[in-house]
Amino acid sequence: MRALSALVVTLLALSAAPLAADARTDAKKQIEFGISVAQRGLWREAIYRWERAATIDPTYAAAHNNLAIAYEHEGDLDKARAAYEKAIELEPNNAFIKQNYELFKEINDRTSRQDSQ
Amino acid sequence: MTARAARILSSLVAVALTAACTNYYEIPIETPIRPKLDVSAFQRVLVAGFISGGTEDVDGNLETTRLLRSQLRSKSEMRVIDTDVLPLMDVAAEGQGTETAIETSPAGVPAPIKDDKDLEPYEHLFADVAYWKKVGEEYQQPLIVTGTVMFAPQQRAGIVQRDQEVYDSLGRRRVVPVRTYMERKGFVLKPRFVFIDGRTGAVLHSENFREEILYNANQTTPALSSYFELMDRLIPSFLSTLSSQKIKGTRVLLQ
Repeated sequence: MRALSALVVTLLALSAAPLAADARTDAKKQIEFGISVAQRGLWREAIYRWERAATIDPTYAAAHNNLAIAYEHEGDLDKARAAYEKAIELEPNNAFIKQNYELFKEINDRTSRQDSQ
Repeated sequence: MTARAARILSSLVAVALTAACTNYYEIPIETPIRPKLDVSAFQRVLVAGFISGGTEDVDGNLETTRLLRSQLRSKSEMRVIDTDVLPLMDVAAEGQGTETAIETSPAGVPAPIKDDKDLEPYEHLFADVAYWKKVGEEYQQPLIVTGTVMFAPQQRAGIVQRDQEVYDSLGRRRVVPVRTYMERKGFVLKPRFVFIDGRTGAVLHSENFREEILYNANQTTPALSSYFELMDRLIPSFLSTLSSQKIKGTRVLLQ
């Protein structure tokens, strides 16, 4: 009985790995399409693609990083901060994400300093 | 190597290492910053004038009024009213209460303002709703911009760090930070902008700024050019109160 349980668990684990890989592949397609439209200035379409990518694979840091940039470009600074923080939580050592976030904070701090004056 | 240089270097190394194993794309972005004040109800703006002091070399009232009018003319959608600068110091001296006496000469002319303390007796003017409502009626109820401008010389002495070129025995050039004692002089600019609703005479918003500049003691820089240099630094913040601004930058998209 114990051997059977172990076999079931092993089979489940093995079948979950390709599912995760599929999710990442699907999310990556959305990311790539989002980048190509953002480069042509179609930021709303890019947001739609990257939001889909983040839904398909919530652990994909690039999706959150790109979303943060798009929100920043649209002036939605609260959403941008949340997306950057999620990206950093997923990949705390990614220097690009950290650099983007630092640049974002500079702008955000400047506007909140003005508001408080 | 300074701590700052070490931080920059380690950050560059980290970016280079990440770049080696990531697909990335640099992309320019423009972040829109919403104006702090909703001015959609106003078609006109009147830069009325300022209570100014500090140095006699620059007329802070006239120069600030002229500069803000020209900036608003090119960077705001509101029509800028062209009129004489209001004699706010005289107005304040006439309408002052007994508690905050403004010093005047025997001829009734207010004494020059030398420091921040001298500005205090004039503060009541900005809360004078009846006066600003009357000004508003005269100019068809615009948004009124007024306030105080303190532009004063300053002097400071202390240890300053600066980079110095040195050459070793092989003729190789190096730049090393050197700490030296220096006497410096310059100016400090402290404006306070007050935005008043010309329909009601009430203050809508006010903000304070402080900018300073220091030069070597032997350098002679005209007060007026320092004034413009300092105003140049805070004009974007002033404009962002009334109209939306876009901040350009670059970010890295990841794949």
